Amino acid sequence: MMTENKSTPFDVESIRKDFPILSRKVNGYPLVYLDNAATSQKPLAVIDALVDYYSNYNANIHRGVHTLSQEATDAYEQAREKIRVHFNVRQSKEIIFTSGTTHAINLVASGFRSILQKGDEVIVSTLEHHSNIVPWQMLCESTGAVLKVLPINQEGELEMNEFSRMVSPKTKLVVVNHISNALGTINPIEEIIKITHNAGAAVLIDGAQACAHIKPDLQALDVDFYTCSAHKMCGPTGVGILFGKEEWLSKLPPYQGGGEMIKEVTYEKTTYADLPHKFEAGTPNIAGGIAYGVALDYLNKIGFDKIAQYENQLLQYATEQLLEIEGLRIFGTGKNKTSVISFNIQGIHPYDIGTIVDKLGIAVRTGHHCAQPLMDFYNIPGTVRASFAFYNTFHEIDVLIKAVKKAKQMLT
Amino acid sequence: MEIKEIQEEIIDEFSFFDDWMQRYEHMISLGKSLPLIDEQNKTDEYLIKGCQSKVWVFPEFKDGKVYFTADSDAIITKGIVALLLRVFSNQTPQDILNADTSFIDVIGLKEHLSPTRANGLVSMIKQLKMYALAYQSQLN
Ligand SMILES: Cc1ncc(COP(=O)(O)O)c(C=O)c1O
Repeated sequence: MMTENKSTPFDVESIRKDFPILSRKVNGYPLVYLDNAATSQKPLAVIDALVDYYSNYNANIHRGVHTLSQEATDAYEQAREKIRVHFNVRQSKEIIFTSGTTHAINLVASGFRSILQKGDEVIVSTLEHHSNIVPWQMLCESTGAVLKVLPINQEGELEMNEFSRMVSPKTKLVVVNHISNALGTINPIEEIIKITHNAGAAVLIDGAQACAHIKPDLQALDVDFYTCSAHKMCGPTGVGILFGKEEWLSKLPPYQGGGEMIKEVTYEKTTYADLPHKFEAGTPNIAGGIAYGVALDYLNKIGFDKIAQYENQLLQYATEQLLEIEGLRIFGTGKNKTSVISFNIQGIHPYDIGTIVDKLGIAVRTGHHCAQPLMDFYNIPGTVRASFAFYNTFHEIDVLIKAVKKAKQMLT
Repeated sequence: MEIKEIQEEIIDEFSFFDDWMQRYEHMISLGKSLPLIDEQNKTDEYLIKGCQSKVWVFPEFKDGKVYFTADSDAIITKGIVALLLRVFSNQTPQDILNADTSFIDVIGLKEHLSPTRANGLVSMIKQLKMYALAYQSQLN
């Protein structure tokens, strides 16, 4: 069992030493990496795990009787077990390794083609990332189901009263992110799951953003599907998970055919492997899966309580400082937020701000953040988004503020 | 002036700056002198959509030469557009087709013309040449 080590104090300077990239320079300035919502940086332990796998026990898994294959299989399955414990999932077979959130969502959306019927309803929210919109649109197109969009208020919070009205016996699926990547809003998923279940429908929560900040207890949430990407939580790219309740995963047909996912193959009929392998066709990202387990160990050793507490301080400080800049507006001003700040300065294009601050060594994201419907809601082309991780510092926020002020001066 | 001469002039102009900030400030101020596209021509037909910033370009062909007017919603993009039009506008179709944009590298603004930058500028240069090609074929 992994336990959160509550006795070590939170020491950001020593944490920063775990991340080799944080000591590099960009355009002659020390890197200030504030694009953590796009992907997080990786600690040495995770990088070492990747090198160790390829240097010492690279082999295909679940197939060979030879020693290397056994070692690799054991390490991969141990990672699945770490993930199970981390998310408090009942059975490890309810965790499907995927290439990330996008893959996980598509797997479920594709499976529901055989379940949904014409006139059934799928509810998504205005806050969603394109990868939690498009697969459902495709599902609705192919089944004749109807896509309904849950609105938000000006603060960027879901309209929960409206949600209660929208859910009906026609509702078959509700898909919402746990935390919005564009605004940082933490959505009331407990309430969403309860209301949806009362109506007899299933819920998928896109946890891509949340998992870097929160340790969700999936049994307590009683959610049907939950997705996550390792790369946003200190793990490697190209690996993630789909959690699904066993009853749902056994109901869904396989997503891809291939090796690993079969029991028996003849040209007349193929029978499928048991969970989780039924959904894991082909050789997976073995090194990535193993390193994901190491990333979870790393985060748990610091402790999610401490991470959340510290990131919240960064968020408060950065919000106060940014709001002192005249003409600056923050999008996403809900009460429940993680360390993501989306903003614009009146009369200045976000792209221009991003370009200038990059020249000063600061990485922020600009654009629509793969959430065009949300940008349309605010009637803006995009925003500048600064997203903070537990390895960022108050000093880095000062550097950001100075750079934004400089950009504003140059651009007006 | 010939395209080569204009490019030399721009390179010369930028050689006076010691750091990126001065170069950017100059480029931004050049954006303010961009021959602006008529508001009524700011239609989808003349829009080049980058993922992040938009660029409009409007061509006209008079007395054997191509003239461009343009605009962008991002001021840095607009500055680069101004530099490009200083080179490409008021030229014959053949000269436009023969011209390259390596002067942008020389003055240290190379990253703005990267195809992955998503600001619409690479597509804009292609579009300028397409217009030149179309006018060229009218001449033949
Ligand atoms: C809320 C949300 N959903 C889905 C995704 C897609 O994740 P991935 O690209 O790792 O599949 C992201 C990543 O940006 C995200 O922030």
